[in-house]
Amino acid sequence: MSEKGKSGTPVANPPELSPSQRKPSQAERNWEEKTLKPTLEKSPERAAEFTTISGHPIRRLYTQADLAGWDPEKDLSYPGEPPYARGIHATMHRGRLWTMRQFAGFGTAEDTNQRFRYLLTQGQTGLSVAFDLPTLMGYDSDHPLSEGEVGKCGVAISSLADMEVLFDKIPIADVTTSMTINSPAAVIWAMYLAVAEKQGADWQKISGTIQNDILKEYIAQKEYIYPPEPSMRLVIDTFEFCTKHTPRFNAISISGYHIREAGSTAIQELAFTLRDGIEYVDWGLRRGLEVDEFVPRLSFFFNAHSDFFEEIAKYRAARRIWYKTMRERFGAKSARSSALRFHSQTAGCSLTAQQPYNNVVRTALQALAAVLGGTQSLHTNSLDEAWALPTEFAATIALRTQQILAHESGVTHTVDPLGGSYFVETLTNEVERGAWDYIERIDALGGMVAAIERSYPQREIAEASYRYQLAVDHKEKVIVGVNDYVAEEKPLDILQIDESVAHRQAASLKKLRAERSQAEVHRRLAALRNAAQGTENLMPFIYEAVKAYATLGEICDAMREVFGTYEEVAIT
Amino acid sequence: MPEKKIRVLIAKPGLDGHDRGAKIIARALRDAGMEVIYTGLRQTPEMIASAAAQEDVDVIGLSILSGAHNTLCPQLLDLLHRKGMNDVTVLVGGIIPEADIPALKKAGIAEVFLPGTATQEIVQFVRTRTAQKS
Repeated sequence: MSEKGKSGTPVANPPELSPSQRKPSQAERNWEEKTLKPTLEKSPERAAEFTTISGHPIRRLYTQADLAGWDPEKDLSYPGEPPYARGIHATMHRGRLWTMRQFAGFGTAEDTNQRFRYLLTQGQTGLSVAFDLPTLMGYDSDHPLSEGEVGKCGVAISSLADMEVLFDKIPIADVTTSMTINSPAAVIWAMYLAVAEKQGADWQKISGTIQNDILKEYIAQKEYIYPPEPSMRLVIDTFEFCTKHTPRFNAISISGYHIREAGSTAIQELAFTLRDGIEYVDWGLRRGLEVDEFVPRLSFFFNAHSDFFEEIAKYRAARRIWYKTMRERFGAKSARSSALRFHSQTAGCSLTAQQPYNNVVRTALQALAAVLGGTQSLHTNSLDEAWALPTEFAATIALRTQQILAHESGVTHTVDPLGGSYFVETLTNEVERGAWDYIERIDALGGMVAAIERSYPQREIAEASYRYQLAVDHKEKVIVGVNDYVAEEKPLDILQIDESVAHRQAASLKKLRAERSQAEVHRRLAALRNAAQGTENLMPFIYEAVKAYATLGEICDAMREVFGTYEEVAIT
Repeated sequence: MPEKKIRVLIAKPGLDGHDRGAKIIARALRDAGMEVIYTGLRQTPEMIASAAAQEDVDVIGLSILSGAHNTLCPQLLDLLHRKGMNDVTVLVGGIIPEADIPALKKAGIAEVFLPGTATQEIVQFVRTRTAQKS
């Protein structure tokens, strides 16, 4: 690490420019005097101040005076070149479109397998698995706490047998799969790798992503099992395993999505996510991993929210911050370590239950922001998701939205079409600066794990979320169909998932437990428990337990016995 | 006579961790002058019923976004009934399909608040409802 790196202070923060320091040109001053002033005298603006959805102030007009000190050759540069403001590839979406990756999962593995195969026939280019809450929390479908939750928010996966059904007739060698799984990520990933092996797919060649981002669970989504320390060990175990055995897999998707959904601002989403990234790199280095060996396997995941330009600025700032962080703080040499790749998903929390067809429009605009921001892959939400999991009809429109953007809108014809816009460049600078401030504050608290233990990010998000709610309640922010333009509507046809899913899962688990070798399961679980008490990498032990058809609940319980469980201090 | 503060328990039953709504409602009711207790995450119906009894609350607000409402709500209402706590108002907010609302109300849920509900509407409902009961 360089000397600069040790201090953790970035060298090239965008310059702070207060309005008083702003030096407009003579022509701009003339415009203010001759054109603007009489207009304002005749008809004042609609509001005294304009702000983004995050509350960030937006000026009336941006000109070259806002970019004093900004160097297009250095700060903007060229696509595929540092600091990657214009995107991480030279040709971006001219070369290859983003991956259209619709998140799907409900009911049993059979139900979801059918939806996956349908989506693939409709032109979807990658899979993305949504798991149900028992799976996300490391419980089998027949655990008492799973009652009422089986197959509801996603697919129920309790063992390798379920995973085999989930990927039946889907060749893992040819399709990339993203799995939204965090606390039990190592176990679910081991199941996926076991299916890959059974299908004869080469681990060196298969690709996909496990979300595996436990820090944002403590911060926002709250699906954690173990305390931070052993959880981070499991994450680093997967990094190490991935680097060795599956060099094309993304061992983590460091996620701002859930932070934003929990109510954060755009700057908080960016800052907390990148600071989480720094934390994972720190822990990986402490394990003895080489920065340029494992960091290229880290990917990111951001929200695509409603405030169009703020989102685009966020993605552009994200790439610049990560580049500077990797080079200056960690001394990375490889371009693959410092070029930030990200998936994006439109904002679930922006969908309204009222007048749900309007959600198609919201989603299209959000998706457009992600595309203009240079996303590598994208999920578009379905219009009915403020009511339930999407129907096939709604999910198809969501996918078609991406295809229309890709093939009809023309926005993919040139790289970073907004680059050089006075507004977009200024906002990118401001969002970047705001994020650095937070990153420095978290550094000062001793890092992200320490900050989480003091509820710092949790509290910042709760404050922002409440501020936004008040703005909506007071109609300072209009939501069409909710606090304005309200109308009565007929209910939608939605997807219903009944309790028969739970019964089918319980029956198949009973059968599994009767048919497998109990002795082998006990032996593998004992070995895992034993290894968990030491410092060895747990992935090989988890993999062997999975292959013996130990269930997700049994494997997570074995680790619960050693690691204990986590309970947060609830703040309101 | 000093007015007695309305006591509310905000609870997150089931495995879901999405607590944005629960926290906002807790804070809005508190800002409206009520006494609010937030249970934190992953409470079983048993835990919620006994917290409600211990805290002697007038209102229980459940936040459910996971689709488990048809299982969890009747379980809680049954427990309250068995504890003789029939006068506690139970509200639900979250992702609840419209088709499920009549059955929830029949089971004893006083009101279901869907996404987009203004916090003042909930404050007003709680005030009116508790005024009727006292």
